[in-house]
Amino acid sequence: MFDLLGVPPQALFGQLLLGLINGSFYALLSLGLAVIFGMLNVINFAHGALYMVGAFVAWLLLNYLGLGYWWALFLAPTAVGLIGVVLEKTMLSRLYKLDHLYGLLLTFGLALIFEGAFRHFYGVSGQPYPIPDLLKGGQNLGFMFLPNYRGWVVVSSLIVCFGTWFAIERTRLGAYLRAATENPVLVQAFGINVPVMVSATYAFGVALAGLAGVLAAPIYQVSPLMGSNLIIIVFAVVVIGGMGSILGAILTGLGLGLMEGLTKVFYPEASNIVVFVVMAIVLLIKPAGLFGRER
Amino acid sequence: MRSLLLAGTALLTLASGAAQAQVSNDVVRIGVLNDRSGIYADLAGEGSAIAARMAAEEFGGKVAGAPIEIVVADHQNKADIAASKAREWVDTGNVDVIADVPNSAAALAVQGITKEKKRIFLMSGPGATALTGAQCSPYGFHWTYDNYAMAAGTGRALFEQGKKSWYFVTADYAFGQSLEEETTKMVNKLGGKVVGTVRHPLGSSDFSSFLLQAQASKADVIGFANAGGDATNAVKQAAEFGITQSGQSLAGLLLFITDVHALGLSAAQGLMFTEGFYWNLDDQTRDWSKKFEAKAGKKPTMVQAGVYSAVKHYLKAVEAAKTDDSDKVAAKMRELPVEDMFAKKGKVAANGRMFHDMYLVRVKKPGESKGPWDYYDVVKTIPAETAFLDPALSGCPLVK
Amino acid sequence: MTAASQTTNQAAPKTATVALRGPDAGTARTALLFAVGLAVAGAAPFALYPVFVMKVLCFALFACAFNLLIGFAGLLSFGHAAFFGGAAYVTAHSVKVWGLPPEAGLLLGVLAGAFLGLIFGVIAIRRQGIYFAMITLALSQMVFFMALQMKFTGGEDGIQGVPRGVLFGIFDLTQPLTMYYAVLAIFVVGFALIWRTVHSPFGQVLKAIRENEPRAISLGYRTDRYKLVAFVLSASLAGLAGGTKALVFQLASLTDVQWQMSGEVVLMTLLGGMGTLFGPVVGAGLVVTLESYLAATSLPVPVVIGAIFVVCVLLFRRGIVGEILARLPGAR
Repeated sequence: MFDLLGVPPQALFGQLLLGLINGSFYALLSLGLAVIFGMLNVINFAHGALYMVGAFVAWLLLNYLGLGYWWALFLAPTAVGLIGVVLEKTMLSRLYKLDHLYGLLLTFGLALIFEGAFRHFYGVSGQPYPIPDLLKGGQNLGFMFLPNYRGWVVVSSLIVCFGTWFAIERTRLGAYLRAATENPVLVQAFGINVPVMVSATYAFGVALAGLAGVLAAPIYQVSPLMGSNLIIIVFAVVVIGGMGSILGAILTGLGLGLMEGLTKVFYPEASNIVVFVVMAIVLLIKPAGLFGRER
Repeated sequence: MRSLLLAGTALLTLASGAAQAQVSNDVVRIGVLNDRSGIYADLAGEGSAIAARMAAEEFGGKVAGAPIEIVVADHQNKADIAASKAREWVDTGNVDVIADVPNSAAALAVQGITKEKKRIFLMSGPGATALTGAQCSPYGFHWTYDNYAMAAGTGRALFEQGKKSWYFVTADYAFGQSLEEETTKMVNKLGGKVVGTVRHPLGSSDFSSFLLQAQASKADVIGFANAGGDATNAVKQAAEFGITQSGQSLAGLLLFITDVHALGLSAAQGLMFTEGFYWNLDDQTRDWSKKFEAKAGKKPTMVQAGVYSAVKHYLKAVEAAKTDDSDKVAAKMRELPVEDMFAKKGKVAANGRMFHDMYLVRVKKPGESKGPWDYYDVVKTIPAETAFLDPALSGCPLVK
Repeated sequence: MTAASQTTNQAAPKTATVALRGPDAGTARTALLFAVGLAVAGAAPFALYPVFVMKVLCFALFACAFNLLIGFAGLLSFGHAAFFGGAAYVTAHSVKVWGLPPEAGLLLGVLAGAFLGLIFGVIAIRRQGIYFAMITLALSQMVFFMALQMKFTGGEDGIQGVPRGVLFGIFDLTQPLTMYYAVLAIFVVGFALIWRTVHSPFGQVLKAIRENEPRAISLGYRTDRYKLVAFVLSASLAGLAGGTKALVFQLASLTDVQWQMSGEVVLMTLLGGMGTLFGPVVGAGLVVTLESYLAATSLPVPVVIGAIFVVCVLLFRRGIVGEILARLPGAR
């Protein structure tokens, strides 16, 4: 049996797999940010808060309406998407003509409001959310015990991520979207309702965050603070990937999950910092990010 | 706006740095200073204020002829806000006692101020052992628990249960490290061993890879030297990975009943840790907790029960000393035994540590629980003498 | 187009960067306001609780330092807590553990702020706008984790019981009034430095970069250098504010390096008025007052702070001082 720097290869595979699971959360969240940024030029600071709202909606559905995980999987992202439409129509749409920083500041304020309000009403210890019966238990893969639910998270988020990529890069609707990103006025002139498209894009982006929240609910505590630290890591992921491409957001998310997984084996103390270190190095070598275009 | 005169006098007192003149006995004002919106809001927060009020009510709202008044403030988990609020209370608000103050940084800051200003400080929320060690104060009373009791107490109690090898999942900062260190010392002293440790950064949400490493170690006990969200996430994910089924025990080194409530029994079952209080210990605790629940809507945590006990003991001491002069009251508090539903035959040591029994608890299985908040089996009562650090070893200059 | 921008009589700014600009006050008016402010601040400890006023002054200096960057160079840093809190740790440690006098502790704090600012700047200055904000935020989060894990910061406990000491061997800072006037003096020095910078040729170049960077480059200015210097200067002053706060409260804790602190200083500046000299001071005063007032109520603090953010961004982006200046006749 050969060891790699004192770590048996089986354990390493296990850790890489776990890294991939975390990476799929990063990918879902950074994908949502990238979609929103592409269309609205807004960095959605409320993304982490809306991820939390998604998880809470799932919890509320279960506790007040008795609707379980599978319902939540569709209803929670829908609810978060509707919140997104309201936010976009009433607030964000007023800021497009101004400096993009105002979008960041506005969504920062919104994040504080969401988190503060949930903290006020539901406390901070968090709420339990059970794993759905269908996905309980796990598989012994030989080198590790993989809970079924984690396997589900990886598979479903990869499907959603690459489905989104396909829809944007390969379909007609996606083509309109990309065109509107480049030149909204011209696209409007062709008879496409750009404001509706903008709202829909924002709603879709935050719905992805809501979906990530539902997926996360059975793994992490459903807590008002669950999104506040995550959002900064996702920001770093987005900076590393560069805002240029949808695929970039997905691949960087997955890649950084793997890298974080490795750090947790070899130098766990640094596992929260590694993303930022990678970010600094990437910026020094390639300021536009790995997949980004210099603008 | 405050009157010029009041601020002037406050300044004079500040400036002279001399002993506080005896506060007029018109009122005994107790300031409950804690986190009312952040991570400690559930385990302390408004509940601590309710507990303090319950203690005051038992005295009929009056002590030594003066009315008792409770004021509250939110320190938002910021040491500087805690410090400025405490200073303001003492300088301009005629507050005689500050109570609770979870969050070690905030408590240490308030300890410094109450020491300088000679005001009684009743700590229930914070865990730092320095509060009765190097940073101890003649006016500071550490009531409910401390990190030593949680760590060493759990280490010893589990050893006596035959669980001798440990693997730590430790939050990588001073607090987590000190929990790990205290437990390690105790485990080694008793002849057990620590087979490994993994340090995770504070605020990690995913513990699976750390848990996998802990599982591979085959230690009897996986000890979580972390708190709050870190601890609950770690426990929840341990259940997901089926760690307890494989025969390892999980031990929390700082958990509260609110954490168990947040996790739910199916995730927390089998978890062992040390508690300073449990509502379902005996008739007295059940009785008091019922009254508390009627006001707060939930059962008390040990921090909240500790605030009640500390405030009650303080009021007893004021009554006995017939003054609210801090030096005299502090002497009385050390002299009188602590006797209430929270602490039976409790005793305050020279360093300000209140010695009382602690309890090793195991979280029930969902089927065993008979109703809401019926969460624990008390495995063992840890007697006061072994629960806390010997004052002689605390490093507190007040212990001769 | 919002109500706020319709009421203005200025031409609606078209380019992105111009929108962040606030009107500049005339020098005479500034001097007068400054004199009045100084008189008020000098008398404040007799009417208000001095520790409170000192806190306001520390945050005002912090916000002014931040404003130097956003208001006059157009750079939104979301990582200023790193400089503020980092310097607080360094000052607290050097005074408490090494036994240095307060002036040396403050100097080291400023240097720490400058050093961190240089590192941040070198990495972040290559990107603009939103990227710049996100990079500074991520870097400051890294500083937070380092502060959490390093031994000398005391982790969650922070550095407590920092002695105030004797400034320059003459002024005994344990006396509250002496401490107060020392803090006031530090604030005035910091404020004057910012005022001088803004009105120097260097400040003019910064404004030019803010208005139109490609044009500034075409005129032969190496804009990255200018931005870096401005960034380091701002970080140093934030460090001065952080070090002073550590002396005032005799502690340094994680609160000061958390990213929420970066958000708070953005709010102070936004509320008071970005790009105005006095705006950040007003904003800091309001936010600190509000926080201390809310502490005694049951209102959730973050919700109120967040709501102010939203209202500011949507309705009055010029901030309080900016709005007043825009309405005053002859202000421009």
